[in-house]
Formats: sequence, structure tokens, C-alpha cells
Amino acid sequence: MERIKKLKVPAFPIQLLDSGTRDGFGAGLVAAAELYPGLVGLCADVTESVRMADFAARYPDRFVEVGVAEQNLVGVAAGMALGGKTPFAASYAVFNPGRSWDQFRVSVCYSNLNVKLVGGHAGLNVGPDGATHQALEDLALTLSLPNVTVVVPADAYEAYQATIAIAGQVGPSYLRLARDKCPDVTSKNGSFTLGKISTLETGKDLSIVACGLLVAPAMTAAQRLRQEGLSVRVLNASTLKPFDTKTILTAARQTGAIVTAEEHQLHGGLSSLVSQTCAQHYPVPVESVAVKDTFGESGQSKELLAKYHLTTEDIQKAAWKVFNRKVKA
Amino acid sequence: MPDTHRPPTPQQLITLSETSAAIRQSVIKMLLAAGSGHSAGPLGMADVFTALYFSVLKHRPKQPTWVGRDYVLLSNGHICPVWYATLAEAGYFPKAELKTLRQLGSRLQGHPHLGSLPGIENTSGPLAQGLSQACGLAYALRLDKRNNQVYTLMSDAEYQEGQTWEAYLFAAKYRLANLTVLIDRNNIQIDGTTEDIMPLEPFKPKLESFGWHVQEIDGHDFSAIISALYLAQSFNTAPSAIICRTIPGKGVTFMEGDYHWHGSPPNRDQAAQALKQLRTIQGQTWNE
Repeated sequence: MERIKKLKVPAFPIQLLDSGTRDGFGAGLVAAAELYPGLVGLCADVTESVRMADFAARYPDRFVEVGVAEQNLVGVAAGMALGGKTPFAASYAVFNPGRSWDQFRVSVCYSNLNVKLVGGHAGLNVGPDGATHQALEDLALTLSLPNVTVVVPADAYEAYQATIAIAGQVGPSYLRLARDKCPDVTSKNGSFTLGKISTLETGKDLSIVACGLLVAPAMTAAQRLRQEGLSVRVLNASTLKPFDTKTILTAARQTGAIVTAEEHQLHGGLSSLVSQTCAQHYPVPVESVAVKDTFGESGQSKELLAKYHLTTEDIQKAAWKVFNRKVKA
Repeated sequence: MPDTHRPPTPQQLITLSETSAAIRQSVIKMLLAAGSGHSAGPLGMADVFTALYFSVLKHRPKQPTWVGRDYVLLSNGHICPVWYATLAEAGYFPKAELKTLRQLGSRLQGHPHLGSLPGIENTSGPLAQGLSQACGLAYALRLDKRNNQVYTLMSDAEYQEGQTWEAYLFAAKYRLANLTVLIDRNNIQIDGTTEDIMPLEPFKPKLESFGWHVQEIDGHDFSAIISALYLAQSFNTAPSAIICRTIPGKGVTFMEGDYHWHGSPPNRDQAAQALKQLRTIQGQTWNE
């Protein structure tokens, strides 16, 4: 087992700003591999599209192609961890944890092994591939497991920092990545801390808590709402487990109303975490922007986000709705 | 490099059979105390566990995380009573603790849990997961140029799980010669015989076709088990499988070969009768 200590983290490659979370992951994996000699990468036949190809080219001895076999992918990763390695096991989120959940549950989480699960192409933004390939349940699957850290980066910069942070933390984790490009929203915010919900905009009338690719629309929605006269706090929930209840409850107390926004089913993800936290400790009105208990379909990413109500406008509407509920209460 | 193999002497064979009889008695007592658990598999695999731990394995029971040790992973976690009994017999933890099997707060979980007990190298229960773990461990050891062997014990019905075949492809592709799988070919599973439930035959050619070295032996013949284990170590281009033909419930006449004992424990009378038979095997007198 290698010693985890403070190491000098290489700077984020600035040309990747405004790329995708998977691109940030790919660069972060290469950087983490330099820091941690025990890091190995495993992939199930989607190496280029989950952006593990750079790592594989630079560290051919530390890259393992397992073929189209996600159950074995995660089992082998668990065995690598038994042998003292720090394995990143990647595939698309619909397969990993979709097909490998039992292996992740028993071989990894119950054993508390140092395996980093990576689920790529999560959410509706995979577009034309249709519902079979749109992972909208992966957060529910992973959040329900003990011992695991669950991370959903909002952009390439954050994915880069998160990948390095996960590599340096001993224990199971799940990293959710998206296919689409997304604008940079976190680089000006500075450092990334696992387990912390960061405040991207301050405000007092209500809070928007978003994760992943819905953080950028949440920022745009907050700007527009400000022009409409509402002071909106924007929180980036990039770690969902352990959940930073302190920051959520501060927002509940100080703003009195919360909108959640995620590219995931309504049940079992960010909305559930925020609603549960507030209901138990400090009840305030909550409105949720999420996929409402339905499967997706083929279409362009933009068309799908519109049809399933995950856009900037949907967040704005939810904000006015939750604000009115707060005022009437 | 594998050690030079000398066949066991007659005296060593007697000691091994006494050890396996003691392990079987522990299994019966544990299952009786627990009131639930699997009887047939643990009794059937007692000789294989005995040969492995008391003749071949490089290990230090008082230093269970010794870096030079060979690794044993159990894939069919439900036969863990025989693993626990073997580890206790070898001195990993006190035999007195065996009777806590499956009880609240016990280190002897109903299925093995990594970290709960010295000598337990993996978590298993859902079938086939141990084999994939063993593949990853064997790969990691080779990456670090370590010579430790990885042994995995599996049931025959695990070969009905898709994950098993994913792992077979993987181990063959990466030529995991430091991996040896011992298969309990006892022909039974919960619902009946393997050939009725989902046929595995022709079993050996199937495994060979995946590019593994495959041996088939009598799983109750210590000499055969030991020489097969050493022969497996000497293959250095591919992983090894040893099909151990065993009698489920071996050593207890009313359990032998009966699939109904796959997932059931003995009651008090049955346990007394079983212990009497096992003590006779061991050459002791029945005096309880």
C-alpha cells in the first residue's frame, strides 16, 4: 500500500477548459498516475470514449483491457486492490455500475477495497444512442452502498481535480462522467475538496443545488433570475457521498427555499438527498429538476434536455415556483 | 520457482487424514451450533483444504499478512465453514471461536468477509466473484514481480454463472500462470444435480478449450491432490484448473451424495451420529 501524502499536483491543462468531464478525467488520470505508482487503469472496450487512451499509451504496463465484461472488470479491479494497487475501472455508466453493481457491492464496497469505479456517458446527453445507453439510475445504485464516495464533477476542471483527489484517497469511489462538452464553471473557484459542496454564487432569496452538467444551466438561470429581481445562491454538489449536509442546511436556513437540478431520475439522487436532509433537520420548500420516473429516447442532446425538462428555463421556472411557495408559507 | 515435490510418506498421509477428520468434526459442530448453513460442500472439500494448507501452501498462520505468503481465495463462499475450520486447525485463530459461526457479532460471518478474520483473503458469496478477484490479484502480483501463488476454490455450479467465463477468458489472455483454481466437482447444487439443473459436461474439454491447463483428480486422494498442485505450479504459460471429483457430505454416510444436504445443517441426533462416524475414521473411540 503506497503512502498517501501531500504531493505537488500538476497544473490543469488549460486547453481543456470548456471540454467535457471525461476529458478532465483523462488528463487527471495521467497526472494521478505520475503521483501514484500503484495506480492502474482497467477498461471494458471503451478506452477512447471514456478518455483512458492517453493513460493507456503512456503507461501500457499499467493499463488492462478486460473486453466486454463489466462484471469481471470490477472483480479484477477488486483483486488488483487486494494486491495493493489503486485501480480505476471504467466503462459506460449504464454497464458500470449498471451491469457490475453486485460486484461493486460485494467485491469492492463490502470489502472496503481501494477501487475507483468510473461511469462514463452518464445522463441523457449521450443523445441518439437512446434509452438503453442513458444512465439515469447510477447515482441511486451507488449512493445506496456503504463505504463509497460518490463524485459528479461539473466540468473538465473539476473532473481533473476530482480524479486526482480520488486517487489519493483510500477506499471505494464512483466517478460519474458525461459525454457532452460543457462550459467551465469551477476553475475560478480554485481548489476542489472531496466531500464539500462549493458555493458558486451567493444569494439570499433561494438556493439552486445542482450537480454535473446541470451546474452550468443553474448558473445561467441564477443570472437571469437576478435580472428578474431574485437573489439566488448556486451550490455545486460535486460530492454526493459523503453528503455535505452542513452547507445544505445553511442554505435552507439562510435562503428558505431550494431547487435541485440533476441529469438523473428524481428518485435516489441529488433531489432525494436534499429533500431528506431538509425534511429531517430544517424543512423548507424544495422543487426538483430531474427526469421524472421515465426512460429517455433517441434524439439530440439539446432536444432531450428540453423534452425532459432539464434546461435553464426549467430551473428558472422551478426557482419562481419554490420562491412563491416560500413566500406563501 | 515451484518447490521440488516429494510424494507424501505413509506417516504424512496418516497425519493428513487425521487433520481432515478433525476439520470435518469441527464443521459438524459449527453447523449444529449455528443451526443453519451448508453441510455437503464443506465436508466434501475437507481433504482438498487439508492438502492445500498442510502440505503445499506457503503461509505463516501467526503472521497472516506475511508478504511472502501464497494467497487462498474462496469463490463459493457458502462452504466457508471448512475454510474457517481449516484456518483454526492451522492456528490462525482459536478453535473455540468456531462455535460462534453465523452468530451476531461473530468474526465468522455466514459468508466470508475480507478483514473479519485472520487468513480470510477475500469476500465472497454471490458466485464467481472470487475467481475474478483472484485474476486481479494474480495480475497485480505479477506486475510487481512477486512469486506468490494464488489459489481459488470454486464449486462446479459456479460454472453456470456468466462471470466465471469472463474470468476464464481474462486469465487465459493474460497467461496468469500464478493462478490455480480448485473446482469442487461434486455434481450437486441446491435444486438437484448439476447435470439435471444445467449440464456442465463435457466439463474438462470445455475448460481446456479456453486455453487453461486442466487436471482431473480424485478430490479425496491426498497424494493426487498434492501432486496436482505442484504440477499446476510448474506450468508457466497458462492458468491451471484442477477438477477435484468429490463426494458431497464425505465422511458422513447419510449425507454422502445427497443434494438435500447442500444447504442444510444437521440436527442434534444427526450431528452426534456424524461425529461418531468421523471419529471412527480417525481411529478414535466414541466416548461422549
